[in-house]
Amino acid sequence: MCNCMGMVLSCSVCDVIVLPFICIFKARRCIRALKAVRAEHVAPQVYSTRWSSSTVPRITTHYTVYPRDKDPRWEGMEMERFADEADVVIVGGGPAGLSAAIRLKQLANQHEKELRVCVVEKASQIGAHTLSGACLEPTALNELIPDWKERGAPLNTPVTEDKFAILTEKYRIPVPILPGLPMNNHGNYLVRLGHFVRWLGEQAEELGVELYPGYAAAEVLFHEDGSVKGIATNDVGIGKDGSPKDVFERGMELHAKVTLFGEGCHGHLAKQLYKQFNLRENCEPQTYAIGLKELWVIDEKKWRPGRTEHSVGWPLNRNTYGGSFLYHLNEGEPLVALGFVVGLDYTNPYLSPFREFQRWKHHPSIMSTLEGGNRIAYGARALNEGGFQSIPKLTFPGGMLIGCSPGFMNVPKIKGTHTAMKSGMLAAETAFSKITDENLQSETAGLYIPEYKEALEKSWIWKELYAVRNIRPSFHNYFGLYGGMLYTGIFYWFLRGKEPWTLKHNGLDSAQLKPAKDCAPIEYPKPDGKISFDLLSSVALSGTNHEHDQPPHLTLKDDSVPVAQNLAIYDGPEQRFCPAGVYEYVPLETGDGMRLQINAQNCVHCKTCDIKDPSQNINWVVPEGSGGPAYNGM
Amino acid sequence: MSARVLVGVKRVIDYAVKIRVKPDRTGVVTDGVKHSMNPFCEIAVEEAVKLKEKKLVKEVVAVSCGPQQVQETIRTALAMGADRGIHVEVSGKDYETLGPLQVSKILAALAKKEQADLIILGKQAIDDDCNQTGQMTAALLDWPQRSPEDGTFASEVNIEADKLKVVREIDGGLETIKINLPAVVTADLRLNTPRYATLPNIMKAKKKKIANVKPADLGVDVSSRLEVLKVDEPPQRQAGVKVETVHDLVGKLKEAGRI
Repeated sequence: MCNCMGMVLSCSVCDVIVLPFICIFKARRCIRALKAVRAEHVAPQVYSTRWSSSTVPRITTHYTVYPRDKDPRWEGMEMERFADEADVVIVGGGPAGLSAAIRLKQLANQHEKELRVCVVEKASQIGAHTLSGACLEPTALNELIPDWKERGAPLNTPVTEDKFAILTEKYRIPVPILPGLPMNNHGNYLVRLGHFVRWLGEQAEELGVELYPGYAAAEVLFHEDGSVKGIATNDVGIGKDGSPKDVFERGMELHAKVTLFGEGCHGHLAKQLYKQFNLRENCEPQTYAIGLKELWVIDEKKWRPGRTEHSVGWPLNRNTYGGSFLYHLNEGEPLVALGFVVGLDYTNPYLSPFREFQRWKHHPSIMSTLEGGNRIAYGARALNEGGFQSIPKLTFPGGMLIGCSPGFMNVPKIKGTHTAMKSGMLAAETAFSKITDENLQSETAGLYIPEYKEALEKSWIWKELYAVRNIRPSFHNYFGLYGGMLYTGIFYWFLRGKEPWTLKHNGLDSAQLKPAKDCAPIEYPKPDGKISFDLLSSVALSGTNHEHDQPPHLTLKDDSVPVAQNLAIYDGPEQRFCPAGVYEYVPLETGDGMRLQINAQNCVHCKTCDIKDPSQNINWVVPEGSGGPAYNGM
Repeated sequence: MSARVLVGVKRVIDYAVKIRVKPDRTGVVTDGVKHSMNPFCEIAVEEAVKLKEKKLVKEVVAVSCGPQQVQETIRTALAMGADRGIHVEVSGKDYETLGPLQVSKILAALAKKEQADLIILGKQAIDDDCNQTGQMTAALLDWPQRSPEDGTFASEVNIEADKLKVVREIDGGLETIKINLPAVVTADLRLNTPRYATLPNIMKAKKKKIANVKPADLGVDVSSRLEVLKVDEPPQRQAGVKVETVHDLVGKLKEAGRI
């Protein structure tokens, strides 16, 4: 027996796998042993002997886990960074970031002020990491660029038909969409969001925004008073084992009066900022879903441009939130965008969102559309489902959070782009007045702009999110999906969210998994190669790639936890929820036991692992810029 | 050393992207697809910049032929260390049919115009895999051409007196060749490891000049003598058949008319 506190998994003193509860004997002996081992693992080694009597192959080499100032291989390396100043730096070239940039420049031109706006984006080109259904509500766009049609915005497919159904294994039960229900899509457009974002990028460049795709913001910089000073882009030329290569170069620092963080759902810098500024103390934890999407060129006879189809039910059971979308796009060739969303609060560790998606395509009503067609693209991304209850504190000295990063998605409408864009615009407007205010006396070096939150609360975003706040949490009941639909039908349709109560979510998604021994494995059908496909050929279609000789960007705080906890208790759910096959449990070369293999090159930057890992041991950090998927109009 | 180096860079579809044939089978889909600099061209630029850093050449000029988008590729070369760029504007149908012959004519004309002493090109482009432009350019200029790689291991390129010294690894050891300048050199994979185009360099590169030139200004006709009839995907791999005995094998071969 040993007395090791908290997170010890296997004690070097007594070779027992200890789950996180306090055991009672010999505490001090263990902790001393731990301290001794910890001081050792600074130098690089193939096997790390941490808290464990069996050796664990070294997986993580990233400097965020093994700091370089203690690493002998980095002694004497030039670590100075080139720095530049801008007025506003925006992290993330997506709908929110670009709308903010465009709005800033519009205001600057209107008031004849000079304003330097820089946008850094980790994708190699603007739009290459953008993935969404998508059905766009043009409200924010009409406010931002009223003449978008003349300027050639790629909104080519107005919604003509809107269908909603509950699927069972063989049948399809249509559900009427009454006007007033959030999923009514009249007046909206089906878009290829990647192309829309690319167009926004062009508009931004025309206005004089400096766009830097291919450069990831890797670090937040702080002034001495603790306010945000700006960001630093990623270092390049670090080898897979964490040592510097000949081509090593430090990233660059971009300083700004205020930095807008628009990294999209579950951004990695936002994760740090939540801790640093305690932004989540008064809101519920964010809850997420994973969305997988494919683009198909189908038989022309089956093509109905403008048709929007959504479904719930099969193949998910009533207690697993999720559903599908199928949009017929009008862009020249008979193209459909289809996909499947699974709430990440699912409980069965044997569930594989990718395989549920492939299985769903075999439903007779879906297969009839896809038969004779060709799949041309695949991708996946996490999305927010927390809505109103999960919005954190949005402003802190020197910075603001915009877009899906804090999370403004309207879940029953399945739309977040219009609110993301509006949040970017409001951030830009409030930032602009603060920056150009000549009489401003700021207490901190980085500007603190609480007016952004006030502007949001007065805007239509707030009203919209407040009205639908109870729909997603209403699924947490015994009847699951049907309870939720009943609640929506009764309360939302009549009261439009005016009911005085606010339902709560279930807590952290990562805490929802039940141990594998309490759950039944799911039998998934084999992919047939025509309608459903295997994981690796799908990943190849995403065009994802990373420089292979770099530290894996899926870092583990503790390399021994995957086998000791994730595999032992939950049967390794990461090998199932990752839509790109990054995580694999392979047998050890010595024959006894398994090890986790991380195929970082496959990563499509969806962030699901960071969200759903039951041990919360995986920390997704940004890889070298330009790495990641190469989506084209997803 | 007052030598001037001309480096050709080509914008190609990124090597990790899955190619799709256009529905009308006249080519591949390029609209919106991720493009980047041809990997062999990156190595060529790196070699040229290394020569400049060794003070063996005075100026590195990056050249690319194509529509507006190739300016990004030229900027990347400028960010890696090239001094200025030349964008030869070719767009639309002419760009779709632009091949090694026209490009080598353009490069030859530019080499004369810019009084270049050395042309460094990538060995081949990863989209057409032609491996012809270097050789054709040298022939048009009547200059010697060498690949310091030629399929063997990486080595050095140096300029001594008025000659280009190339060291190649061959089976028996190291081979050193001297060729007269001016010359054309084509770069293969293991010649060097290209540096990253870092953000401060990209920002500086925005201030470097890119001149716009039309092929007609150089006296080059870019019309193609080749016509692409159709483009198809490679045939799907058929599954193999397993047989249990030699008897079955012979039977199957007879069935297929092979014996």
